Amino acid sequence: MKKKVLSLLLAGAMALSLCACGSSQAPASTAADNGTAATEATPAAGDGKLTGTLNMGVIGPLTGAAAIYGTCVANSAQIAVEEINAISGDFQIALNSQDDEHDAEKSVNAYHNLMDWNVQMIVGCVTTTPCIAVSAEANSDRVFMLTPSASGTAVTEGKDNVFQLCFSDPNQGSASAQYISDKKMGTKIAVIYNNGDAYSTGIYQTFAAKAAELGLEIVSTTTFPDDNATDFSVQLKEAKDAGADLIFLPIYYTPASLILQQASTMGYAPTFFGVDGMDGILTLEGFDTSLAEGVILLTPFVADAKDDATVNFVTKYQEKYGEIPNQFGADAYDCVNVIYAALQKYAAANGGFDVTGVSYSELCEILISVFTGGDFSVDGLTGEAMTWNAAGEVNKAPKGMIIQNGAYVSLD
Amino acid sequence: MKLLSKLTKNGYQNYIIVILFFAVFQILSSTGHISNSLKGQLVPIVVYVIMALSLNLVVGISGELSLGHAGFMSVGAFTGIIVSATLQNSIPNGSIRLVFAIVIGAVFAGVIGFLISVPVLRLNGDYLAIVTLAFGEIIKNLLNITYVGLDSKGLHLSTKDIASMNMKPDGITILNGPMGALGTVKISTFFSGIVLLLLVLIVIQNLVASRCGRAIMALRDNRIAGEACGLSATKYKMIAFVTSAAIAGSAGALYGLNYSTLVPKKFDFNTSILILVFVVLGGIGNMTGSIIAAALLTVLPEMLRTFRDYRMLVYAIVLILVMIVTNNEKARDALTGLLRRFRKKSVKEGTANE
Amino acid sequence: MLTYLINGLSLGSVYAIIALGYTMVYGIAKMLNFAHGDVIMIGGYVAFCSTSYLGLGPIPSTLFAVVVCTVLGIVVERLAYKPLRNATSLAVLITAIGVSYFLQNAALLIWSSNPKSFPNLVGSIPNVVIGELVIPSTAIVTVIANLLIMLALTMFTGRTKMGKAMRAVSEDKGAAQLMGINVNRTISVTFAIGSGLAAIAGVLLCSAYPTLMPTTGSMPGIKAFTAAVFGGIGSIPGAMLGGILLGVIEIFAKAYISTQLSDAIVFAVLIVVLLVKPTGLLGKKVSEKV
Repeated sequence: MKKKVLSLLLAGAMALSLCACGSSQAPASTAADNGTAATEATPAAGDGKLTGTLNMGVIGPLTGAAAIYGTCVANSAQIAVEEINAISGDFQIALNSQDDEHDAEKSVNAYHNLMDWNVQMIVGCVTTTPCIAVSAEANSDRVFMLTPSASGTAVTEGKDNVFQLCFSDPNQGSASAQYISDKKMGTKIAVIYNNGDAYSTGIYQTFAAKAAELGLEIVSTTTFPDDNATDFSVQLKEAKDAGADLIFLPIYYTPASLILQQASTMGYAPTFFGVDGMDGILTLEGFDTSLAEGVILLTPFVADAKDDATVNFVTKYQEKYGEIPNQFGADAYDCVNVIYAALQKYAAANGGFDVTGVSYSELCEILISVFTGGDFSVDGLTGEAMTWNAAGEVNKAPKGMIIQNGAYVSLD
Repeated sequence: MKLLSKLTKNGYQNYIIVILFFAVFQILSSTGHISNSLKGQLVPIVVYVIMALSLNLVVGISGELSLGHAGFMSVGAFTGIIVSATLQNSIPNGSIRLVFAIVIGAVFAGVIGFLISVPVLRLNGDYLAIVTLAFGEIIKNLLNITYVGLDSKGLHLSTKDIASMNMKPDGITILNGPMGALGTVKISTFFSGIVLLLLVLIVIQNLVASRCGRAIMALRDNRIAGEACGLSATKYKMIAFVTSAAIAGSAGALYGLNYSTLVPKKFDFNTSILILVFVVLGGIGNMTGSIIAAALLTVLPEMLRTFRDYRMLVYAIVLILVMIVTNNEKARDALTGLLRRFRKKSVKEGTANE
Repeated sequence: MLTYLINGLSLGSVYAIIALGYTMVYGIAKMLNFAHGDVIMIGGYVAFCSTSYLGLGPIPSTLFAVVVCTVLGIVVERLAYKPLRNATSLAVLITAIGVSYFLQNAALLIWSSNPKSFPNLVGSIPNVVIGELVIPSTAIVTVIANLLIMLALTMFTGRTKMGKAMRAVSEDKGAAQLMGINVNRTISVTFAIGSGLAAIAGVLLCSAYPTLMPTTGSMPGIKAFTAAVFGGIGSIPGAMLGGILLGVIEIFAKAYISTQLSDAIVFAVLIVVLLVKPTGLLGKKVSEKV
C-alpha cells in the first residue's frame, strides 16, 4: 500500500518535472536528428533528467604500429563527447584516453591508471588482444566496457560486463561466405590473411568453415605475418595459378592497398572481397583509387556516405584533425552516443539520474540492465536499430559496398 | 678470499633490497596507500627484474651479447600456460599449480637454451648476437603456428589449425596459433614473484661466486688464456647460457600466468632489446644495477603518462640522456658540477631564509 | 619459377641497399646503428612530402630527401653518438635504440599514424614484359641504383683521401690517429654518407612497397641488418650479395615451403651459413692476437 502511494507521488513529481523541463527537450531532440541517440523512452516513466559528470575512459594504441586505430578512436570519442557536452550543461562527460601500444601488459597498466583517475566506465580497448586482458580485469572489478572495435570472440566470452559495438569476427566471416554464395560472386576463391593478427585469423577461420558448409571452393589459402606485410607477389601468384576468380581479404586496408597495387603490376584482376577493415582504402593519402575499382566489401560504415549523421561526423573530424576518420572512429563515436542513450534511458525510466559519484560497479549493473533489457535500440553511424544480446554481441546489418569511380556504391 | 667476501657482501645487499621492496609494497598495499597503477605493475616489475638478472648472466658474466632472450621467456610462458591449464582440474590450488608451471617452464626453456647454445657458442661477438636474434625470431614464428588443445583424452597438438587437432567436443583450445593463449586463469601473485626472484638471486650469485663462475668470468676476460689454463670455453659458457635460459623461462611462466591472454608476437625483438636496455643501464655484470634499472624503467613509461602524446618521445630522450651521462666523462662532470652548484645555491638560500 | 626469382631479386635489392648503409657504419665506426631503419622511414616521408605537397619531380625530391637525411644523420651523430666515442659498444647500441624510438615517435607526431600511400616515383618507366613474365620497373631501378651505389662506394673508399682515411680507421683507430687522421671527423662523415644512402633506400623501399608509416623502417631494417651479417658485415659487396640472397630465399621459402614460416626459414639459413662460415659469406677472417 505504502509503495503504491509512493509511486503515485513519484509519478506526480515526474509529471510536474515534465512541464518544467520542456526547454531541455529541444537539444536532446537535435541529438536524435543527428542520428546519434534515438532512445525509445518508456512512456510510464515520464521524464527523468540525466545529470552529473561521467568519467569515461578510452584505452587504445596511441603510439606504435597500431596507432592509427587508437588515435582515430580517441579523436572520434572526443568529438562525440564535445557534442554531448554542448547539448546542455546538466550532463557532462570527462574523457580520459590512455595509450596501450597494442600490448596486453601496457593495456592492463592503462586500465589501472584509469582506475586511479576514478573512471566509471570504459570505451575500449581498441584492439582484440589487449581487450581480452583488460576485460578479464574489468570483469572481476565490475567495470562496464563497451569496445568499439575489439571483435574477437574471447573479448566478450563469459563476461557479462563487456559489450561490442562492432561485429564479432565469426559473424563477419560467415556473413561474407554467405554473401559470396548468395550473390554467386565467385566459383574459385583464394584467401590471403594475416596469420599474426587475431582479427584476420578469426574471420578466416569462420569463413573457411562456412564456405565448406555452403560448398564454396577455396583453391588457395596463403598468409603473411604481421611484421612482414610488404611483399605479396608469392601469395598473388599462387592464387593466380590456382585460377581463383575471387580473392577474399579479411585484412586491414594498409596491406590490402599493397595487394591491389601488386596484383595490378602482375596484370591479375580477380574480384577482391573485403571486410570492414578494408574501409579507409579510398582515403589513404596518395593511394591511386583506380586500383580499388570493383573491390567489394562488407562494412557497416563508409566515410563518404551521404546521410546527415555521417557527413556531420566526417566534416567535424576533418576540421579538427585534418584527416578522414576510418571505421574505428565511427564505432567509437557510436560507442559514446550509445552510452549517452543508455544513461538517458535509465534516467527516464527512474525519474532522473545523477551520475556524479556513482561507483563503477553500480554503474556497471545499471548499464548491463539497460543493454540487455530487450527494448534498448540505438541508431548510429555504423548501423540502424543496433541491439545487444546478453552475450555482449551487437546485432546490426552489414552493408555490401562496391567501389565504382573512386566511391562506395551500395550493392543492395 | 677477499674477492669471495666481497661477492657475498654484494649478494646480501641484493637480498635486502628485494625483501625491503617486498615489505614496503606489502605494507603500502595492505594499508591502501598504493595506486592501482603501481599495484598492477608489481608482477611485471618482478618479471622484468628476473629477466634482467638472467640476461646479465649471459651479457655481464659470460660476456656474450644475446639479442633473443625474449624467445626463452616465451617458451617458458607458453609452457607454463599449458601446464597450468592441464593441471587445472587435478590441482585446484593456484599456488601449487604455479610452482609446477614455473618449474616445467624453466626446464623447457633450459632445454631449448641447450639446443640453441650448441651452434651459438661456436661463434663470437656480433655474429653470436645476430644468431641469438635469429633464434628469437624462429621461436616466435614457430609458436605462431602452434595449436594446442586439451580434451578428456589429453593434449592435442597441431601446426595447421584448431580443426586438425581432432579434439572431442569437450576440448578446449589452450594455444590458438597467432592468437596465442586465451582465457588463461591468472595465478601469479606478487608474493610468488618475490619468492622466485629470491631463488633466482641465490642461484645466480652462488653460480657467480663458485669455481664454475670464476671460470666463466676468466673466459670472458680472456678466452685464450682461459683455454690455455685448461678451461673448456664451450662447457662453461654453455652452463651460463642454459642457466640463463631456464631463469628466463621461469620469469616467462610467471608473466604468462599474470595475464588472461598472451600472444607470441609479444616476445619479439623489441622485448629482447628492452631487457638488454635494463642490463646496460644498470651496469653490465652488476646485479644490483640490473634490479634497480629494471624496476625503474618498467615504471617510467607509466609515470610519463602525464606527457600524453609525447610520452614515448620523452622516454627516448631520457634513455639517450642517461646513456650519455653515465658513459661520458664530460657530461658527468657537467652534471655533478650543476648538482653541486644547485646544492650550494639551496644551502645559501636556506641560510638566507634563516 | 622465373617470376619468383625476379620477385626475389626485387625484394633482395631493397634489402641490399639498406644493408649497404648498415655495413658502412659498422665497418668504420664498429657500431650497430639500429636507428638506420628509422632514418630510411624519415627519408621516405620527406620524399613523400616533397612530391605530394611541394610538387617536386622524382629526382629533385629524392635529392631533397638525401639532403635532409644527411643533415639529420650529422645532427644525431653529434648529439647522441659522439659523446659516446670512448664508451662500450653496448652503450652505443642502446643509444642507437633510443634514437630509433625517438625518430619513430617524432614521425608519429609530425605525420600522424595514418599510413600514406607512397607515389610511385619510378612509375614513369614502364614495366618490362616478356611473355608471361613481368619485371616491375621498380625492381630494375632498384637493382641499377644498387650497382651504381656499390660502385661509387667502392671507388670512394678505394680512391679518395677520405675513403682511405675511413679504411684506416676501420683497421685500427689508434694507429690511424697517430698517422694524423682525424678519427672523429672520419666517423662523422661516415654517418653522413650512411644517412644519405638511407634516404635513397627509403625512396626505393617505398616505391616498391608503397605504404609509409612511422614503423615502416623497423622490420626491413632488421632484415637488412641480417643481410649485412649474412654477406659479412663491413664488406660492401658482401652487403649487396647478402641482401639479394636474403630476398631470393625469402620469396622461395614463401612459394615452396610455407608463407607462415618464411621468416623462420630465412633466419635458419642465416644460422647455417654463419656456422659454416662464421664471418659471413664475404667477411674477412681476422685472426685473434694473443
